[in-house]
Amino acid sequence: MGTQVKDVVIKPDAPHTLLLDKHADYIAAYGSKKDDYEYTLSEYLRMSGIYWGLTVMDLMGQLSRMNREEIIEFIKSCQHDCGGISASTGHDPHLLYTLSAVQILSLYDSINAIDVDKVVDYVKGLQQEDGSFAGDKWGEIDTRFSFCAVATLALLGKLDVINMDKAVGFVLSCMNFDGGFGCRPGSESHAGQIYCCTGFLSITGQLHQVNADLLGWWLCERQLPSGGLNGRPEKLPDVCYSWWVLASLKIIGRIHWIDKAKLCSFILACQDEETGGFADRPGDVVDPFHTLFGVAGLSLLGDEQIKPVNPVFCMPEDVLQRIGLQPDLLN
Amino acid sequence: MSSVEELSNSVTEYLEEDGVEEVNTAEEAEMENEEPVRGGYIFYRERKEWADLEPVPQDDGPNPVVKIAYSEKFTDVFDMFRALLKNDEKSERAFALTAEAIELNAANYTVWHYRRVLLQALDKDLREEMKYITDIIEDQPKNYQVWHHRRMVVEWLKDPSEELRFVAEILSQDAKNYHAWQHRQWVMQEYKLWDGELEYVEELLEEDVRNNSAWNQRHFVISHTSGYSDSAILEREVQYTLKQIKKAPHNESAWNYLNGILQDGGLSSYPGLLEQVTELQDTCSSPYLTAFLIDLYEDALETNRSSYDQQETLDKALELCKFLAEEKDTIRREYWNYVSRSLQNTYGSGEPVSSSQQPDMEPSDP
Repeated sequence: MGTQVKDVVIKPDAPHTLLLDKHADYIAAYGSKKDDYEYTLSEYLRMSGIYWGLTVMDLMGQLSRMNREEIIEFIKSCQHDCGGISASTGHDPHLLYTLSAVQILSLYDSINAIDVDKVVDYVKGLQQEDGSFAGDKWGEIDTRFSFCAVATLALLGKLDVINMDKAVGFVLSCMNFDGGFGCRPGSESHAGQIYCCTGFLSITGQLHQVNADLLGWWLCERQLPSGGLNGRPEKLPDVCYSWWVLASLKIIGRIHWIDKAKLCSFILACQDEETGGFADRPGDVVDPFHTLFGVAGLSLLGDEQIKPVNPVFCMPEDVLQRIGLQPDLLN
Repeated sequence: MSSVEELSNSVTEYLEEDGVEEVNTAEEAEMENEEPVRGGYIFYRERKEWADLEPVPQDDGPNPVVKIAYSEKFTDVFDMFRALLKNDEKSERAFALTAEAIELNAANYTVWHYRRVLLQALDKDLREEMKYITDIIEDQPKNYQVWHHRRMVVEWLKDPSEELRFVAEILSQDAKNYHAWQHRQWVMQEYKLWDGELEYVEELLEEDVRNNSAWNQRHFVISHTSGYSDSAILEREVQYTLKQIKKAPHNESAWNYLNGILQDGGLSSYPGLLEQVTELQDTCSSPYLTAFLIDLYEDALETNRSSYDQQETLDKALELCKFLAEEKDTIRREYWNYVSRSLQNTYGSGEPVSSSQQPDMEPSDP
């Protein structure tokens, strides 16, 4: 009852300037320091972890501090016979990590380090009868995987191998009464899924199918009094939604519907002044995932100390320009 | 896009439980511990029944892990797991080890894959597996792998009979668990288990009328059963929603639902709706109510509804937009100004209105 809003309160002594050097140091040292346990525990997503680290370093102009040769060798060792790529050595292939690997190799302009044709076959093979994509041979269906599939193929210039009409049809069938998208038809609208679906529709040239005003309103409703963004109604803000929501708004041409100054101060408050990095919300423990999305969010908001980031691929714009990829955005 | 958000919390748990030691390498760890036993637990690398396997240390590529901070038990179990994978061993001991590995890191999808391969290769009792996955999910309900595993077991058994009760149990701990809701929707659609769901949704909304997942589920159930085209059903839903709004006016989900179910027919055509909503203004005002009125007026303008004076309706809508932009929902002023401009440009009689603040324009494609 009443008008209680689920939100956080930003303390007056929260960080309010961007500490880029600290974040670069945090990422450069990640995995080689005493917080090894977390690193080991996250082996099952290592490929994505590397993508998060490299991308944020590149956005900060610090990519050279990372070990390019070792990473490329690592990726080679993660491609399986079926063509799919795993999170790490000794793990099974999966679409999530196949995309991350292709993104990393794109950053490094070394896409031919892996067998590209086999990757394409792997992705194509995961498309289902109804147009959806499974994450791997075990068959989990999710619009995240539709995004991973087309993003991977777009980076490789091979979008034409899948059944595009069916793929689009499936994603559109996940559009809900509130204009948002969920993971499968009927699933609750969720900002992460919305990012995947709008990204998908951008890559496939189908953004006109989105109700941009309705979805844009749902997305800007994610902004709470603290300035932070949540992922669905009545949830707490989280800095990663600064990416999922903001990028979606950028894709559908309505990023100005967010109060930029308030969001900016929320994102900055999520920094850890001692360790560097960003946490999900002010005062929590930092990690590379939230660090990337905090920095990428600030880039979308126009911070000039950070390279422009592409809202569809979450990669530096200059990388996509080099590849020649300019996915549609609404205006 | 994995559930890394949970990672930080689980790390803290492990550190508290295992009492992390400072050792530099696994070899040094062995030297420092004269016995391979700690507190009764025997490491796999010391067990006679495992002596035929060569543990495979983690080879993580770049930034190789310096084994300073993490639990010996973790290394021991996963080194042995890697050995089993390498040999593609399909045995009872492998199956037992997957449970140990899962206990240490339930998000490791490769372990789950292997467990499923073993379940089939060893023809394991799937009812036992259901009990197992039930326990795991209760412990770690926000994990993609555990829910997908459960779904596979249900499919293999072709038995959904426990699912709705189980998911309800999980939802009673966190009524918005996204994985739980997906599983529930899958079970219902796959096995056509729609009975009683509307009642269940109402119970949840009684507990928390702001539960967006429950509102979504309401839409899901009705869409797949009666549908909304029957006017009696639609009226029932409209009245139900207005009743919930009276209980908690500042409730985005309820207003979104109301808007969603009336979209097709058009808000301004629904008999008595304007009156009912305007009536709420005194006691149940919220930015959502105001937004709803704006939508209703816009619909009246668009459809040229005869019962509405066009100019008056436009004026009212613009006034409400201004009210929201300047007073009640200033954080979204850009949106309300946009709505205002759109209305003026489309339905106004004067010159087109340009924006006072230019939106972000992308450079056009070459």
